[in-house]
Amino acid sequence: MDLKVEQKPEVNSKTKQMTMIQAINDGLKTMLELDEKTILLGEDIGKNGGVFRATEGLQEVFGEDRVVDTPLSESGIVGTSVGLAVNGFKPVAEMQFMGFIYPAYDQIMTHVSRLRMKTLGHYSAPMVIRAPYGAGIRAPEIHSDSAEALFTHMPGVKVVCPATPYDAKGLLIESIEDPDPVIFMEPMRSYRAKREDVPEGKYNVEIGKGNKVQEGTDITLIAWGAMVPVAEQAAKQAEEQGVSCEVIDLRTLYPLDRELIAESVQKTGRAVIVHEAHGTGGLGNDILSVINDTSFLYLRSPIERVTGFDVPVPFFSLEDHYLPTAKRVLESIYKSVNF
Amino acid sequence: MEEQFPIKKVMDDQGNLIDSSYEEKIDEELVRTMYYNMLRIRTFDRKAINLQRQGRIGTYPPFEGQEASQVGSALALKDGDWMFPTYRDHGATLTFGADMVRTFLYWNGRHEGVVPPKGKNIFPAAVPIATQIPHATGTAWAEKRKGTTNIALAYFGDGATSEGDFHEGLNFASVFQTPTVFFNQNNGYAISVPIEKQMNSKTIAQKALAYDMPSVRIDGNDCFSVYFEMEKAVNRAREGSGPTLIEAVTWRTGAHTTADDPTKYRPDGQGEEIVHPLDRLEMFMKNYGHWNEEWISETKEKIENEVEAAVEAMENSPKANPADLFDYVFEQNPEHLEEQKDQYLAQLKGD
Ligand SMILES: Cc1ncc(C[n+]2csc(CCOP(=O)(O)OP(=O)(O)O)c2C)c(N)n1
Repeated sequence: MDLKVEQKPEVNSKTKQMTMIQAINDGLKTMLELDEKTILLGEDIGKNGGVFRATEGLQEVFGEDRVVDTPLSESGIVGTSVGLAVNGFKPVAEMQFMGFIYPAYDQIMTHVSRLRMKTLGHYSAPMVIRAPYGAGIRAPEIHSDSAEALFTHMPGVKVVCPATPYDAKGLLIESIEDPDPVIFMEPMRSYRAKREDVPEGKYNVEIGKGNKVQEGTDITLIAWGAMVPVAEQAAKQAEEQGVSCEVIDLRTLYPLDRELIAESVQKTGRAVIVHEAHGTGGLGNDILSVINDTSFLYLRSPIERVTGFDVPVPFFSLEDHYLPTAKRVLESIYKSVNF
Repeated sequence: MEEQFPIKKVMDDQGNLIDSSYEEKIDEELVRTMYYNMLRIRTFDRKAINLQRQGRIGTYPPFEGQEASQVGSALALKDGDWMFPTYRDHGATLTFGADMVRTFLYWNGRHEGVVPPKGKNIFPAAVPIATQIPHATGTAWAEKRKGTTNIALAYFGDGATSEGDFHEGLNFASVFQTPTVFFNQNNGYAISVPIEKQMNSKTIAQKALAYDMPSVRIDGNDCFSVYFEMEKAVNRAREGSGPTLIEAVTWRTGAHTTADDPTKYRPDGQGEEIVHPLDRLEMFMKNYGHWNEEWISETKEKIENEVEAAVEAMENSPKANPADLFDYVFEQNPEHLEEQKDQYLAQLKGD
């Protein structure tokens, strides 16, 4: 079976084995080198190199004016990024954890997202807001939220969430070059989970395009970020029971890759959507409506969703109960194929 | 501004009283209460670091170096008052009466850890920076409306003064003249960011000027200075004279958390000259005839036993209950949530 379905673009450079966090660091470095308008802002990103080391070594190379340790204020970081963006710079802001993006929510909702539309294109605020997200690393409370749905519900910002080192770098570069604001979610749990070959230098992974990470015929599993390995694990176990799963890594959460979703579900006639965020109001519902709009008559069973429960993300002693597991995904796979 | 807000001290860093008028106010009972609590929380703190290293609790933010600030301020409260701590203020909450077993449980990712003992108004530690500051204003406002003399105390770090919530909380307190004490522990760093990069102002105390609020800058490693200045602020609040901002200048001797490496951002040897608050108190006790070897060793033993017993109780406590995920989201959960719970618990049983 052909596991890596997508052809990676030809890149004229060598590759290097990297973890996701190294790939992100390399992506930031690449853009700092290529475009002097790129400016990094965040708490502890300079001298300390970021609490996850995403910006390790960058201040030393590019200086305190381009890799800026800001005061402790998320609203300040994003608000000043609006000003920098309309006046010639390309801010790449780090939220230390997605659970701490909320003080900046006002700026993102009331300005970042709608500046272009409300000024009929006169102003716009292209920027990248990076945010490590998700549970599963025994972090203290609030550090483990998955807040993508707050932003996919916000017209005017794109939302991106890579699952692999290769995609992380290529999507980050694409996001920095994008003419519109991008929320760039980084699955903390995957930061150091695996290494893979990542090209040196610049390459882009297109925003708005998902990736079929495994070809299958009986059912489509749709996931992103830290849930991709969970879906893959469930797919492997299902395979042993003779159920062939197609696994889609969405990669971009806004705008959705409708074509890829439709094509796959029309082929398999079944789907399980897996996400870590709460079910109610979650992005799974939008994916469901894509399937409804494009593929209703192809369905052989109701769509299943495996999500975080409709409860606040708990302290870490309960996080394994909160998070979707391969076992829960597997149960939904069986429910669907045995419908 | 540093001249306008000099750092107030009661004793110097060799434990000699600067102002002899305090000699009468500092009786044996106060000295022993101070020493006992500071040693107790330091023992707790060091134990917690060890437990984290052994994988027995999660990431932990040590407060060593800040014992005088936390104990001196907490001792000025009485039952009925409110405490709003951050994640680094377990020394203060333990001193005010929080349960040690539960405090360990909190750092083991347990919701049981934030439930205060009956009759103690201790809010869960604020993890999102500065968010607790308006809460302290609100509870104090409620006490004022109810006509009590209870007050609210909010703890926060130097970094927290950059967030909007700090300014909003102070402004409300100033406008509504609430009985709130805003207790800042300026420990020099917000993770890796030193105070001079956090703000261009020379002091934190001066920020109160904008709100027409009394403020004072104190030596946060001098437990008596903390205690007596805090007492003044508390009394003012109880009397209906409104809020106060206290800047306690102190020092975090260790890492930001057990996941942090301060050698990345702190110059070698920085802070080494600072006399540890507990050593300073010890010198004071020796200088003024309060040092009693027998009492000290009894106290040490008592504390060590208490901490060991608390660790044991934490480790023997029943596992986290998965039903707790669901049972407290609403007073009365909507149907779909009960369904999620029933399904999940049934699934667990089936395993
Ligand atoms: C809103 C928010 N942003 C970022 C963080 C991550 N964070 C945790 S502690 C900290 C530094 C806090 O510094 P300070 O207020 O001085 O308190 P200290 O930790 O020194 O006690 C940061 C940035 C957070 N917890 N909340």
